[in-house]
Formats: sequence, structure tokens, C-alpha cells
Amino acid sequence: MSILVLAEHDNAQLKDATLAAVTAARQLAGHAGGEVHLLVAGEGCRAVAEAAAKVEGVAKVLCADDPAYGHALPENVAPLVASLMAGYDAFVAPATSRGKNVAPRVAAMLDVAQVSDILSVEGADTFTRPIYAGNAIATVRTKDAKKVITVRGTAFPKAAMTGGSAAIETVSGPGDSGLAVFRGAELTASERPELTSAKIIVSGGRALGSSEAFHTTIEPLADKLGAAVGASRAAVDAGYVPNDYQVGQTGKIVAPELYVAVGISGAIQHLAGMKDSKIIVAINKDEEAPIFQVADFGLVGDLFQVVPELTAKL
Amino acid sequence: MKILVPVKRVVDYNVKVRVKSDQSGVELANVKMSMNPFDEIAVEEAVRLKEKGVASEIVVVSIGVQQCQETIRTALAMGADRGILVVTDVPTESLGVAKVLAKIAAEEQPGLVILGKQAIDDDANQTGQMLAALLGWPQGTFASKVEPGDGHVTVTREVDGGLETVELKLPAVITTDLRLNEPRYASLPNIMKAKSKPIAMKTPADYGVDLAPRLEVLKVTEPPRRSAGIKVKTVDELVTKLKEAGAIA
Repeated sequence: MSILVLAEHDNAQLKDATLAAVTAARQLAGHAGGEVHLLVAGEGCRAVAEAAAKVEGVAKVLCADDPAYGHALPENVAPLVASLMAGYDAFVAPATSRGKNVAPRVAAMLDVAQVSDILSVEGADTFTRPIYAGNAIATVRTKDAKKVITVRGTAFPKAAMTGGSAAIETVSGPGDSGLAVFRGAELTASERPELTSAKIIVSGGRALGSSEAFHTTIEPLADKLGAAVGASRAAVDAGYVPNDYQVGQTGKIVAPELYVAVGISGAIQHLAGMKDSKIIVAINKDEEAPIFQVADFGLVGDLFQVVPELTAKL
Repeated sequence: MKILVPVKRVVDYNVKVRVKSDQSGVELANVKMSMNPFDEIAVEEAVRLKEKGVASEIVVVSIGVQQCQETIRTALAMGADRGILVVTDVPTESLGVAKVLAKIAAEEQPGLVILGKQAIDDDANQTGQMLAALLGWPQGTFASKVEPGDGHVTVTREVDGGLETVELKLPAVITTDLRLNEPRYASLPNIMKAKSKPIAMKTPADYGVDLAPRLEVLKVTEPPRRSAGIKVKTVDELVTKLKEAGAIA
């Protein structure tokens, strides 16, 4: 069984989410046999294809270099993937905003029921996945001949970026569907690590009270720790920080070595996005806050005193 | 322009779900059910587009058990015009639902289909994308802003790195994210008025769609529990503990 994995990239760099998806695909190939191939669809993405060829366990890289694929518009990328799937038994994509956008479109074109956001590969056709915001884990078996799967990045180790020497094959697809045009992006520029791959995350909640307080309290601690900055939904909804800071079931799923939750009460939705972190620290003035039920180290106190003190003492 | 809004009846988001002891699923008996919160945002967006004069009619669709009528009534009370209920007792999956919706869209010819990006029960995040694929329409997923224009709609999307804007040819499918709007509460007069709005009763057979599940749920289990750790009294104690745990240098 050969497996096609969708590479996550920005036309310049291969993103970490790809590496977890490759690991999941290799596990699937372990049950069913076959090769793992990576699809790099983009514009001017040759460097990404070359990086992809070095990923451990990847037997071949398919490179589709076309302006139509430059912004990963699903209207253009899904027909490309569907046209390639004649030669594959499974399509695997990272459960990123791009993967989630493209994969179901591919699944419908192939008349396949997608298995979303898998946590483990249990067999050639059996997977576990979270339901009800991670409050239950379902083990599901797909009856479809071909499989379409998205992979939760934190649930699988990353494949090594070295050791592979895959051949790069140029492929082309139907090109521009004419259905959608990319108009622009406002991407958050940050010197800090990316949330989904950071080793340490400092997250702030509504208790910060304002955008200014969020920046002046959370960011110095994050900078001291070399950490990424996250936020609860409440803090994002209140406009303290942009949407891409949100950690939670509908935001980003993270599992760093250390997660520091500041002024976050710990709604189920938020816990679903961070409870797999190795060590969780909670700082909250409400000692009944649910966040303390998952925290390894809890400190009940006023964050405006505790956080600057912590920043100073690190 | 007509807007089609598919809505799903799910366990209310305030309910803490419990896994059944026989691992066959989660406990649904005597549990409060509500409209999927993302679908509520979809209904609200459609109603606002009607209030702006962009939309002429809002048709709400639900696929599921008889009680989905209540979910449709909620949408009608918020301002939708009529409903379609496709009754089935079979547990629904995204692909089957998308197939029924594609048939309904072919009949109703909406300019936009607006629906939630995911349902909070199965968290699949598939239906809108699948529907767009089946119809051959563009898709604006995870929308935080929707601006209809002449023959197209501009959609701002919440993506991993921030925001992205795409222009989609109409007709199009849009899936809603959290910050698109804040859904209204239906007023009592509107709840009363909704009772007389029509709901057409249909079956999957009316659309020639087989809803038999393709995914077999072998078991449903509790996630691994994380036990609470300790409370520290001071920042110094916290720093010491973090160093002992090797979390910081």
C-alpha cells in the first residue's frame, strides 16, 4: 500500500507538521506495506521538495510547481491530489488549517469517508481519534478501499529531517480551477517560536484584562523562557491578541515540555488543546479554577504580582 | 440570493459528556441537546445578510432524528424563513450529509451555503469542504468575515499563521469560525412566529442518498486522565520545583 502525504510548507520551508504526518504514514505503511511519498504542491517550491527528499522514510517526493498551487487553494490542490490518488491507497495530511481545508475536499472527490485528526494508527484500517473536544476517544475502522486521514501533530513524533534520499519527480495537475483567488494574508510576525512546535509556551487568559496588560505581563516571561505565546479563547475573543494565538480544541493543539497558563480558568475547550503538555503550571487567583485539576504546579495568586516576580527570578 | 444553512443537533456545549461503561459511545439519554454552536454562527450570519438586503430567503436544513425539528425551529426563531428536515435514525457521517446537502443545493439553487466549520460532537470538520467538492463550488472555510460582492464573495479565514483573504466565485460554500459574529437570542415574539414557519419533511430516499455509515466505531473510551499535581505557595517554590523537574535550566 503506497501512501501520499501532503507536505505543509510556505514555498520556502517545510513545516514540522509534515514530519508528524510522515511518521503516521510510516506507521500505516508498517501495517499494510508500501511506500510513503510526499507531495509538495506550491509555487517556486523546489527548495521545499529538496528538503522533503531528505526526510527519513520518504521514498519519493512529488513536486507540483505551479502558480495555481502557490497559496494551497483547495479548489486547485484537491483536484491535483485526486488525480494522483489513482496510484495510492491512502492520502495523509497534517491536521493544520491547510490540511483540514484540502483533505475533506479530496475525500469527497474520491467518495471516501475521511478519518479526521487521528491520535494513533491501530492497524491498516483502524485509528483512534478525539471526539467531544477530546472528552472521549473513538476507535474507528474505515470500510473504504482508499483512506483519507488527517493527523494530529502532537500525537506522533516528528520524522527526522535527515537521512532520506528520495527522488524528486515533477508532477502536474489540472491547475487553476478558476473558482477562487487568493487576495492576501495578515500573518502574525513574531521572533518567538511557533506555538505548535515550541518546547515552552506561556499562555494568557481573560484575567489579563487588556491587550496592553497581556503584552507587558506575558511577553517578558515568554522571552525569558524562550517560549511561544498562546492565549485562551476568551483572551482572543476580547481582542487582546490575534486569533492564531488561540490554544484549544478549535484553535491550536499543543503539547510542549512546559505549559504556563496565566489567568486561564481552564474551560474544557482550552484543556482539550493543551492537556498533553508534559508539565503544566497554572497561575490563577481563583483556587477553584479547573485549570488546577490538570496542573502539575499550581500557584494561587495575583498574576500581576506573580508573573513579574517569576520573570525576574528566572 | 437564497442562502442555505445546514444545522446539526448536538449535545449542548455546556454538558460534560460521559463515556458509556460498555464503550459503545457517549451517554445521550436525558442529555440536553442544542444547535451546534458553529451552526448558530452560520444562521446568524445568514440573518445579518438578509437584514442587509443581500439575502432574499434563508432555508435551514437538518439531517437526523425527528427532534432535529427543534433545532430547525431555533434557526427559524433567529430569522430563517423555512426548514427542511431529512429524517433518519442512522448516525450521520459528514460524507453522507454532504451528499444529501448537494442534492438539496441542486434543487434550491442557493447563492451561498453557510455552515459551521465543525460539529462539537464528532469534531470531524469535513462537511462544508465535502459539499463544496461535490458541487464543484469554491469554499471559504473557517471564516471570520464574509463580504458578498457582485458575482463573488470575499472571505477572511482564520488560518494557522493569522488571517487569509480569498475571493470566491458564487455560488460558494462558507464554513464559520468562532469570531465571525455573536449569535442573537431569539425574542419571544420571534419564537412564536417561528412555530408557523414551514418545515418540509423528507427522507434520504427522497434524494437517492445512502446514509449507511462508512466508519465503524469499534469503541469509545475515556481519554487518559491527568491528575492534579501540587499547589506551591511562592514564586521561589515554583522556580525550585520547575528546576527539579528539569523543565527550566
